Amino acid sequence: MHELPVTESILKIVLKHALMNNVKRVTAVYLQIGKLSDLEDEWIQRYFDYLSKDTVAQGAKLVIERMPIMVQCSGCSTSYEAEAAKLGDLVCPDCGEKEGTLISGREYYIKDMEVQ
Amino acid sequence: MDEVRMIEVKEEILADNIQVAAGVRARLQNTKTMLVNLMSSPGSGKTSLILQTIANLKDSVRLGVIEADIESKVDAEKVAARGIQAVQLRTGGFCHLDATMVTQGIDALPVDDLDCVIIENVGNLVCPAEFDTGAHKNVMILSVPEGDDKPLKYPLMFSICDLLLINKMDYLSLSDFDLSALRKRVMVLNPGIVILEVSCKTGAGIENWVNWLSAQIETFKGLK
Ligand SMILES: Nc1nc2c(ncn2[C@@H]2O[C@H](COP(=O)(O)OP(=O)(O)O)[C@@H](O)[C@H]2O)c(=O)[nH]1
Ligand SMILES: [Mg+2]
Ligand SMILES: [Zn+2]
Repeated sequence: MHELPVTESILKIVLKHALMNNVKRVTAVYLQIGKLSDLEDEWIQRYFDYLSKDTVAQGAKLVIERMPIMVQCSGCSTSYEAEAAKLGDLVCPDCGEKEGTLISGREYYIKDMEVQ
Repeated sequence: MDEVRMIEVKEEILADNIQVAAGVRARLQNTKTMLVNLMSSPGSGKTSLILQTIANLKDSVRLGVIEADIESKVDAEKVAARGIQAVQLRTGGFCHLDATMVTQGIDALPVDDLDCVIIENVGNLVCPAEFDTGAHKNVMILSVPEGDDKPLKYPLMFSICDLLLINKMDYLSLSDFDLSALRKRVMVLNPGIVILEVSCKTGAGIENWVNWLSAQIETFKGLK
């Protein structure tokens, strides 16, 4: 739904770094996006292809690493991965405790990019 | 053929919006105007809650409203009819507000003379959760007919709010909405959240909401 403004931000950051590093062509961009986010990978790539025409980032592939939703157990402090749809029925794999706190899964980050 | 190499970027994708949002917060800190971002699905009761808030607080709090829920001016006019400063944003079918759009709303309000501005965000539980509006407090409404499983479908929204209002409590006895299951699901996502039960129709629980809001404004104004 909001893939367009997000993709605009990605392109802007990519072009800024391309300029700073004297890049001729960007071939890939590595992103980390948390599994709690509803972004559709396919749409981000499509918008990127459209927006990046005639820039050094034209044709770059977006490689999206989906970061896991991690919960910290309120009983024994172990961190474990949880699925979004199961956040209401948590069970710690170590001690069986049912309460926990969300510690990650909201990332929205550009890690690095492959260039020529 | 040029050599392929990697460059480190290490940046937040939404860094620009985060920066504009921080600017909005700082500006309103100066004028001592607390900005509240009100979010929910369409029809959960955002406009109804704003009208209840005005009815209860208009003699003690100088309120302003930024309307973004619908393109037409209907909601802003309802609010303005109660003698409150309101501005309607043209969101052009956008799915959320960002901090730049909120800045336009702030520019159109006499914030120097306001204690609190409430944003009625676009009716949507997905997109508004991802964009910082510059608000000091995020509030969401979940209404009973929407069901107690919403935190499982829209976890991000529940994880960013300071307060959750369960509205349309007058429907509770007619539904299978499980309040304790809901609380448990929300607490995992956001242990610090406050949950209040209200009905904008009967007025039940509205006192708790206005007390919460007044206390937040008081604390906010006390901050340097
Ligand atoms: N039964 C009942 N109806 C409500 C309550 N709060 C709002 N409504 C109704 O729900 C509908 C949508 O409310 P509105 O405030 O326009 O929702 P918005 O789209 O979030 O701004 C309206 O018909 C309201 O009268 C409530 O607590 N109980
Ligand atoms: Mg409305
Ligand atoms: Zn444990």
